[in-house]
Amino acid sequence: MPLNSKIPAGPLESKWKTYKSTCKLVNPANKRQLEIIVIGTGLAGASAAASLGEMGYKVKAFCFQDSPRRAHSIAAQGGINAAKNYQNDGDSTYRLFYDTVKGGDYRAREGNVYRLAEVSASIIDQCVAQGVPFAREYGGLLSNRSFGGTQVQRTFYAAGQTGQQLLIGAYQALERQVALGNVEMFSRHEMMEVVKIDGVARGIIARNLVTGELERHFGHAVLLCSGGYGNVFYLSTNAMGSNVSAAWKAHKQGAFFGNPCFTQIHPTCIPVSGDHQSKLTLMSESLRNDGRIWVPKQKGDNRKATDIPEEERDYYLERRYPAFGNLVPRDVASRAAKERCDEGYGVGASKMAVYLDFAAAIMRYGKIEANKQGQHNADAAAIRTLGEAVVKEKYGNLFEMYEKITGEDPYKVPMRIYPAVHYTMGGLWVDYELMTTVPGLYALGEANFSDHGANRLGASALMQGLADGYFVIPYTMGNNLADDIRTKAIPTDHAAFVAAEKEVSDRINELMGIKGNTSVEAFHKKLGKIMWEKCGMARNAKGLTEAIAEIQALKKEFWSDVRIPGDINEFNPELDKAGRVADFIELGELMCKDALNRNESCGGHFREEYQTPDGEAMRQDDLYSYVAAWEYKGDSQEELHKEELIFDVVHPSQRSYK
Amino acid sequence: MEHNTMNLTLKVWRQKNNKAKGGFETFNVKNISSEMSFLEMFDVLNEQLVAENKEPVAFDHDCREGICGACSMYINGRAHGPWHHNTTCQLHMREYKDGDTIVVEPWRADSFPVIKDLVVDRSAFDRIIQAGGYISVNTGNAVDANSLPIDKQKADESFAAATCIGCGACVAACPNTSAMLFVSAKVSHLALLPQGEPERQLRAVKMVEQMDTEGFGSCTNIGACEAECPKGISLENIARLNREYISAIMDGDSTGV
Repeated sequence: MPLNSKIPAGPLESKWKTYKSTCKLVNPANKRQLEIIVIGTGLAGASAAASLGEMGYKVKAFCFQDSPRRAHSIAAQGGINAAKNYQNDGDSTYRLFYDTVKGGDYRAREGNVYRLAEVSASIIDQCVAQGVPFAREYGGLLSNRSFGGTQVQRTFYAAGQTGQQLLIGAYQALERQVALGNVEMFSRHEMMEVVKIDGVARGIIARNLVTGELERHFGHAVLLCSGGYGNVFYLSTNAMGSNVSAAWKAHKQGAFFGNPCFTQIHPTCIPVSGDHQSKLTLMSESLRNDGRIWVPKQKGDNRKATDIPEEERDYYLERRYPAFGNLVPRDVASRAAKERCDEGYGVGASKMAVYLDFAAAIMRYGKIEANKQGQHNADAAAIRTLGEAVVKEKYGNLFEMYEKITGEDPYKVPMRIYPAVHYTMGGLWVDYELMTTVPGLYALGEANFSDHGANRLGASALMQGLADGYFVIPYTMGNNLADDIRTKAIPTDHAAFVAAEKEVSDRINELMGIKGNTSVEAFHKKLGKIMWEKCGMARNAKGLTEAIAEIQALKKEFWSDVRIPGDINEFNPELDKAGRVADFIELGELMCKDALNRNESCGGHFREEYQTPDGEAMRQDDLYSYVAAWEYKGDSQEELHKEELIFDVVHPSQRSYK
Repeated sequence: MEHNTMNLTLKVWRQKNNKAKGGFETFNVKNISSEMSFLEMFDVLNEQLVAENKEPVAFDHDCREGICGACSMYINGRAHGPWHHNTTCQLHMREYKDGDTIVVEPWRADSFPVIKDLVVDRSAFDRIIQAGGYISVNTGNAVDANSLPIDKQKADESFAAATCIGCGACVAACPNTSAMLFVSAKVSHLALLPQGEPERQLRAVKMVEQMDTEGFGSCTNIGACEAECPKGISLENIARLNREYISAIMDGDSTGV
């Protein structure tokens, strides 16, 4: 099957405009007859469900949480990018497009990325109209800040809680549609299967997580807005419930999976403190504006950080990358931290951490503050106090969170940080209309693969989720449903629904029937360890080959030895988790296959065999300038399809930060 | 950070489902590290229960970063436990010492019926938002964001109210199980912004009506909600809601209520 990305013809700047003015429309009377299912209520799902409901479609939205407001978009800290050029610093749609393609190490589609940049400005307008309280200047206008990988200030933010405020905006729009009867909301429901009729996605089987009952829901189209799959690594910055199951079921029903191995490891997270660790917490990228990253020059140095004199510290990012210093992109900073720790220079009890030190920034800000106040002879203690107040205003909530988790005061001792899994650029393959290879089945937000290439820039995830939901799907949905206006709602006693429900039910019964000796949690931890060690920040052919065999063995063990307490027809979180871990195991194998196939290093995908003599990532554009789209062919069987990436406007080059 | 391990006794509320009668069950957990979070301590307990072929304790949790609002444990008589401005997931075990007994209950409120063990149904909050907790603007209708300057102080106050995570600790902490802090936070968030102005009065009336329909208790200015709110939502918001509500009622003709 040839992959058709359906990128409109014509110059880059006019593709989306042309599409919008020529796509098919559905009249209001017909919209009322068309039903749409939305899975997930994060930024992509909530914005899509609300917008489609406003347009007059009959929408059913599903989330596994107890309320749509709790989707994991809520945890995003730093901000959202938009090419508004409010700072008059030379920003434009083209620059945001260019930064995103380059940041993604030239592994994203130009057409999609340009559209993303184009609609970014409308997102900010929409959110402000909804009452999202972005940070403002004294003149009452919106404030911006800088983020990694750019030279302009285009990031809009609401303190360290930007994701929360944007999601609440979308959630409120969604609840308004629920009140109006345009959207029917199903909380504490999990999608268990996609139902296809004549090759088209026409509904889902969902499980009510409170009662355990299986439900059949018809839809003329199904939208998967179910987020990323970082939890395949067990430990990540994702929420505990974040999972790949909806996307994985779709994959098994024929939706190709794009670039599954592209994972973002975020450099600044609070390190693992022990085997009990259940998740990892991010410390915003914005901290690298003021914090200096270092390790001791001496291996295994056990002195306290504050006892190590300046000349015995190795500020390794500043040493290796003098031009960008502590502000190198995420993939580069993460690898550099791993390299130091692997060499034995790590700090803290586990030795798997580096320092992020604010002492210099505190003294620098303190001096400026003292001068402002006319205290020209202030002593060090007074300067420190003034400086701490400045740092507190900038990063107070993050410092507080760090202290709660670690019990250490980051104003007095440097933070200990280590890279952690944060985001997945890979996802279901979609065309320009966000449709997967299954007709009628769409993927939006982090669940699709489309816009970030091999590495996502900071503050771009929120932008993409809302772009897809508010501004892309309302057009592309109409273009496809216009041909479906004669399709009557299909009764859910149709044989396809009956068969799909039976399959789901059989699988649940099989899981419950194993009655083995090992907990779901234990399997998830084992999988995470394999993935992190062999398909994590650095990968090589030998490790990946081993990992595939280990995961296949783990899968067998899981299906013969997992223990799930409780019953099927009740609230049973262990059963919910078991289904998700079973899918993660299968996905893990595919990620390793994809990583093994891609004999190059690009963005977050670092194959040790493909690096420059000084340890930087080396792409192979002549061989791998394509999207790897995997087709499910049965148990552990996947066929690779390639979508060639064509760069008409941007010319791929080797990234350098030295 | 220096760390130690401890053995603890837990008295946890168990309830099979909404209809069953619940009761406390006592568990012992051993070798709990002071570096664990409170929920990681519960993970240890649950792994222990699975190993013993018993049913784990059900509890709501998701982000474990203090922002999603899912976690909801009533610990030794306090919503989210002893730490100030804190959610259950961010409480860490260094708060406790070897030999301690910890009593853990679900949120207690008629409007938050128990689903199982420590899990309650907070969908009443969603219905209150449906009653008017939004600005009626459809996608695609917005003017340029900077065409509407907003006084920074007002924007900051609005943001402070908007940081509510909808966890329900305010209701659990209140002897009357009032939801006034939650409702007032949303009314304030939107009333303080010019975008929220056109629906301002109707919103306050409708949300209060829905709050009453859901069966939440009345506010008698005790202040336990503010004291236990993980995000420090201020009682000033309740005063603002009262003003908004009274002015809407007095102005009844123009709002049609």
